[in-house]
Amino acid sequence: MSEGLVHLLQLLVSGVVTGGIYALVAMGFVVVYKATRVINFATGEFMMLGAFFAWTAMGAVQAPFVVALLAAVAASALLGMATERLVLRPLLGQRTISVIMVTIGLAAIFKGLAQIAWSGDYRSYPSIFPRAPIELGPILLPSRQFYPFLIAVAAIALVGLGFRFTRTGVAMRATADDQMAAFGMGIDIRRIFSLSWSLAAMTAAVAGIVVGIIGGISPQLGAIGLRTFPVVILGGLDSIGGALVGGVIIGVLENLAGGYVDPLLDGASLKEVVPFVVLVLTLMVRPYGLFGTREVERL
Amino acid sequence: MTGSPGVEGESRDILSVEGLSLSFGGLAALADVNLSVREGSITGIIGPNGAGKTSLLNCISGFYRPQRGRVTFDGKDVTRVAPDRRAALGIGRTFQNVALFEGMSVLDNVKLGAHARLRSGILSTMAFTPRARREELELREQVENEVFDFLEIEHLRHRTVGSLAYGLQKRVDLARALAMRPRILLLDEPVAGMNEEETEDMARFILDVQEERGVTIVLIEHDMGVVMDLCDRIAVLSFGERIAAGTPDEVRRDPEVIRAYLGEEAA
Amino acid sequence: MLIGNYKETYASDEALFRTPATRAWMGAAAVAAILFPFVAGDYVLYLANLMAVLALSAVGLNILVGFTGQISLGHAAFMGVGAYATAILASRFGLPFWISIPAGGALATGAGMIVGAPSLRIKGLYLAIATLSAQVIFEWVFTNWTSVTGGIRGLNVAPASIAGFRLDTDERIYFLVLGVTVVHFLLASNLRRSRWGRAFVAVRDRDVAAEIVGVNLFRTKILAFMVSSYYAGIAGGLWVYFTKVVTPETFPLSLSIQFLAIVIVGGLGSIKGTVYGTVFMTLVPEVLKAGTGLARVVWPAAQSYLFPLRDVVFGLLIVVFLIFEPHGLAEVWNRVKRFFSLWPFEK
Repeated sequence: MSEGLVHLLQLLVSGVVTGGIYALVAMGFVVVYKATRVINFATGEFMMLGAFFAWTAMGAVQAPFVVALLAAVAASALLGMATERLVLRPLLGQRTISVIMVTIGLAAIFKGLAQIAWSGDYRSYPSIFPRAPIELGPILLPSRQFYPFLIAVAAIALVGLGFRFTRTGVAMRATADDQMAAFGMGIDIRRIFSLSWSLAAMTAAVAGIVVGIIGGISPQLGAIGLRTFPVVILGGLDSIGGALVGGVIIGVLENLAGGYVDPLLDGASLKEVVPFVVLVLTLMVRPYGLFGTREVERL
Repeated sequence: MTGSPGVEGESRDILSVEGLSLSFGGLAALADVNLSVREGSITGIIGPNGAGKTSLLNCISGFYRPQRGRVTFDGKDVTRVAPDRRAALGIGRTFQNVALFEGMSVLDNVKLGAHARLRSGILSTMAFTPRARREELELREQVENEVFDFLEIEHLRHRTVGSLAYGLQKRVDLARALAMRPRILLLDEPVAGMNEEETEDMARFILDVQEERGVTIVLIEHDMGVVMDLCDRIAVLSFGERIAAGTPDEVRRDPEVIRAYLGEEAA
Repeated sequence: MLIGNYKETYASDEALFRTPATRAWMGAAAVAAILFPFVAGDYVLYLANLMAVLALSAVGLNILVGFTGQISLGHAAFMGVGAYATAILASRFGLPFWISIPAGGALATGAGMIVGAPSLRIKGLYLAIATLSAQVIFEWVFTNWTSVTGGIRGLNVAPASIAGFRLDTDERIYFLVLGVTVVHFLLASNLRRSRWGRAFVAVRDRDVAAEIVGVNLFRTKILAFMVSSYYAGIAGGLWVYFTKVVTPETFPLSLSIQFLAIVIVGGLGSIKGTVYGTVFMTLVPEVLKAGTGLARVVWPAAQSYLFPLRDVVFGLLIVVFLIFEPHGLAEVWNRVKRFFSLWPFEK
């Protein structure tokens, strides 16, 4: 195989893998939006806290990875529930933009608290996975990316199927669609909200751990949350499958830009800005994304 | 303002709805509805709950786009025209749930009704140029004379709308619609939730608007007393279809209408 | 509650300052503001200039968020557009401040039009995302378009001058900043009482009903966004002459969030509130700085907690005010006034 083709394939595969991880992060936003019609700007910070919870479990208690992961997920679930009860429930019925601004405030609080508790230093997880890179023919994938990718895909599948097939999942979608009707059907709205935020926090925790494995853990980890917006919008705010497709597309585009265009620019890197250009284009051409549902307003 | 209501046979239809069909997903809200409204008349739209009355008004206002059919206002086909442009053409509206702007005083709410009529651009309003100032003061005078005085709500002008009793809120809703100087007024349940005295007041206002200003009225109501007293013609909707239309007497005796209301009290 | 405040003409009822008491206060405030730089110390004067520029920018955001109910996460980026435009026109083309600052405002307005147009056609929520993108993209441009923006090193600008008289001290620039800020505050107050101000609030409160009653939603929203961007641009231009330098780090996302905090804490939709919010949010870090400085005596590591503490406090303020006092400090002040107007009676 020619060198150029190998290079291209490497970029593509890398892009898919990165994309899968973006998709996991994006899913944190989608889960909240699907259930409550709110964009949670603190998703990144929920991720960061989940990553820190796992790190603390592994560091302080020497817990094995799987146990630490589950502990972090459980702790995040509680955090999600507490957030919903203390901060979001008082705002029930208020304008959506108020709720969104509250999540922005929450993000700042979490970030500050994390820095106070764990300091701003970069941490890393102890070595969890086999070190050997994965070989797919001529393509090489660092194990640090490959295994997290598997976790990401598993998590996405789990949540996606859950929404589609479990009773709670259906209840969540019903509540998001029409609160009054769901209430009339006997669905306990408050419990659904509580569960939705817990689920969002749990998903974010897994995403945070995955990102932490790849790039280390610090209070700044949450910044990746906002950088995932292009994926969320491209896929559609309320579509889990869309998050996956959107993630892969953005991951691949990013890598292609980085691989082919960046060497032409001296010093600058297009990688950070390409996703947002895609976002702007999406808003102009197809604002509800590839798989999002068009919203109909009723008077 | 338009001229007085025409004599029988002389006036034309100011509004007509032809073959209107509207559905949401698989649910049909309106099915092949026809309606013609003579200029200067008062037309009632009645029917059991869920019959599609508000949906019909929403199609005329422009909020809903029907899948099929046509809305013609003052000779113009407005089926595809945006709601704010329809307001500028003279289609005024009050709302079932009042829909006042809670963050503003009564005066501002009513002034907003005239938005489409005003001309000041953003720069001149910010700088409060003499021309903008004049337009604003003229608006204030017009609103005071034509609307506040008429509806007897001058004492409320600086109150926030949220602090008002429901009946007064409905009056402010009407005031806002009148500030537009509409040619036709679509009233969605104007006396809902009112006691007898408030209902009489509102009915009087509606009649005055029609007689003194020549405004055509289309109203949705459940209060049969009001409907029978005020309306020149009535259209009856049931399950999205028009099942009867005619004078109050004709409609009252129509067997289809009686059947649609079976089980409901026609008060 | 005002007692005995009756108007005899519509004109006097429509005026901006409606009671003799308000007019007296405004007069006193004007005198105080003019005398201020001659009595204030250097650092206080610097803070005053800073607060004036921030307040000017924040009023713009309040027009968008408070009046019209849209969210922008890119307000700082639009300040950056104005700042860089002003800096380039001043340093590269030698244009005087009374051209370069308005030009900065105009360019920011244009940028606002481009950013706002696609997202304002759909639900307001999408503007938050579009402005976030703008923030990221503009920051990238500021950092990487080195030939125009000077890259990481940024641009330096000579002090503003009027016919040779250089505004190179904090005192001198104060009057320019004060003048521009006060004028724009008046413009914003006029806006609130006018045709477009009503349209903005209507769009915020019930956009569906507003449209049916005759308000063109897209036009209204894009106008609000353009006004907001203009204010940001002018503030950015003033900033440049105030600090005499602009770098890509001057206008980050965290500044956009600070502006949101200012308008929330001050009171959404209240112009007076914007002043309270700006003063409050500027003084809070100063208090924290003093506090951790003091704490250092017993706890040496205290100062390293300054930045995260600031984040926590800002976030807490946003959350607490949104839950308990959504009308912000402006409403708190109103309540205090109402209490004292009837004191010693209760209600």
